[in-house]
Amino acid sequence: MLQPVCPLSEIPPGEAYRWETDPPVAIFHTEDGEVFAIDDTCTHQDASLADGWLEGCEVECPLHASRFDLRTGRVDAPPAKLPVRAHRVEVADGVVHVELSKEPPNLPPGAKP
Amino acid sequence: MAVVCVEKVAIVGASLAGLAAVRALRRQSFAGEIVVVGAEPHRPYDRPPLSKDFLTGAVTTAGLALSPDDEDLGADWRLGVTATGFDPRTRSVRLDTGEVLRADGVVIATGARARPIEHVGVHTLRTLDDAIVLREALRQTGRLVVIGAGFIGAEVASSARKLGWDVTVVESLSTPLSGQLGTEMGEIVSRLHGDHGVRLLTGVPVSGLTGTDRIEAVQLADGARIEADLVVAGIGAIPNVEWLAEAGGLAAVTSVPGVVATGDVTGSQHWTFAVEHPATAVASLLGADPPVARAPYFWSDQYGVMIQFAGHRQPGDTVRIVEGDPEQRRFLAVYERDGQPSAVLGLNQPKLFTRWRRQLRSVPQEA
Repeated sequence: MLQPVCPLSEIPPGEAYRWETDPPVAIFHTEDGEVFAIDDTCTHQDASLADGWLEGCEVECPLHASRFDLRTGRVDAPPAKLPVRAHRVEVADGVVHVELSKEPPNLPPGAKP
Repeated sequence: MAVVCVEKVAIVGASLAGLAAVRALRRQSFAGEIVVVGAEPHRPYDRPPLSKDFLTGAVTTAGLALSPDDEDLGADWRLGVTATGFDPRTRSVRLDTGEVLRADGVVIATGARARPIEHVGVHTLRTLDDAIVLREALRQTGRLVVIGAGFIGAEVASSARKLGWDVTVVESLSTPLSGQLGTEMGEIVSRLHGDHGVRLLTGVPVSGLTGTDRIEAVQLADGARIEADLVVAGIGAIPNVEWLAEAGGLAAVTSVPGVVATGDVTGSQHWTFAVEHPATAVASLLGADPPVARAPYFWSDQYGVMIQFAGHRQPGDTVRIVEGDPEQRRFLAVYERDGQPSAVLGLNQPKLFTRWRRQLRSVPQEA
C-alpha cells in the first residue's frame, strides 16, 4: 500500500527526509533527481542514515562509515553487516509516496523499538 | 611499481585491515590465491565496541563479527598462527608452525598491541580476549583507576561508571587528548568525566603500584595514593613489527616491490584508516590506480556523548565553535589554518559533523 509522505519540494536534491514511522524511514532525493526510501536506522548502531553522507546512490552512516546502496539497501563496508530494507517509492502530483517493505527490519542492538 | 605477475598474496594480520585487504583484492579483480595469517584464534572482529558496548554487555561476541556468515572471499584463513620472520627478497613469511609461506605479494597488517604495565590486577584492553577478562573483572563493583585519559582510557572509565564503579582517571599530560584535539578542545571534552562523577587527575605521572597478591593502590609522583580494586592502563600501543627485525624493520621491507603495509602497524592507528587504506595498499601491489584518500576520521563514545573528529589538525591551528554550546556538550568546532578549515570536531552533532567532514575532502592534504 502506497502511503503519502511529504511533498518532494520539501527535500532539496542532495538532502534527506526522516519519516517518523515505525521503524523510521529515510527518503533521499539524489543530486540526479532520483528518490529512494530505505530504513533510517543503521543496522550496526542506532544512527540516522538521513543524517549521513549522500553520494550518488549511496549513503554513508554518519557515525561509522558503512555505506548503504539506496536502490537495494545493501551494505558495502563494515562495521555494519546486514542490509537495511529498501522501500518502493513513487512521486505522484509532487508528493512522495512510499510502500513499506514487508521484510522484517534489521535493527541494531539497543535501537529504540 | 607494477608487479609483473601476482598469483598469490599473503596477508599477515587477520583483523580489520587484513579483512579489508582481502575484500579490496577481490574488488580489484584479483582472482589468485589469498592466504591470511592471524595470531589471534578469532575470525576478524570489530574492536571499537570492546571498550564500550561489549564491556557493558550490550554487544556480545557474536555481534562483533566483521564478516557476515555467508561472505565467501575465497581466502585461506590461518588463524592462531603467528608470523615469526620474513625474507622480503623471496617474500617468504616464516610461521610459528615451522611452515614458510611464500607469495608474490605480501600485505603486512599485523597491527599493534597495548603497551603493558606488568603488575597484578592491571589490565590492558586491545583484543577480544583482553575484553572478556576485563568484562568479567567488572562484574562486581569497586574502585577502578584508569591510567591514561586517551580515548581507550576514557571509554573504559565511561563503561565502568555505567556499571556502577567508583572511577578515577589519572593522566600525565596536563590536558587529556591535547595531542589529537588541541589543548582547548581536549580540556572541554575531558570535562565529560567530571559531568558523570568520575575524578580526573591531570599533569601527574604514575610513580608506582602497590599490592602483591592483588592490586591495592596507584601511587602518583606528587605523593598521592589512590586505592584501587582494579586498574586499567590505556597508555598507547606498540606496532607488532618484531617479526620484521631480522629483515631490517618495517620501512626496509616495504621498500621492496611486492611488499606493502597497512592498518595500525604503520603507526596510523585509526579504525577508518584500517578499513580504507588497504585498498590503496593492495592497488600498489597489483599495479592499479589507488582510490581517492579521504581526510582521517575517528570517533569515540563517552558517557553517551558521540565525539567525532576528522581532518589534519596541526599545532597552531585556530579553533572556533560554529554551532551549539560546549556547556551543553553538544557543539561543532572547526579548526582553521590560513583561513581554511583543517579539521572538525563534533560532540553529539552527527549531521552537521558529516557536512563539515565532507567539505574537508576538497582541502589539499599534505604529503
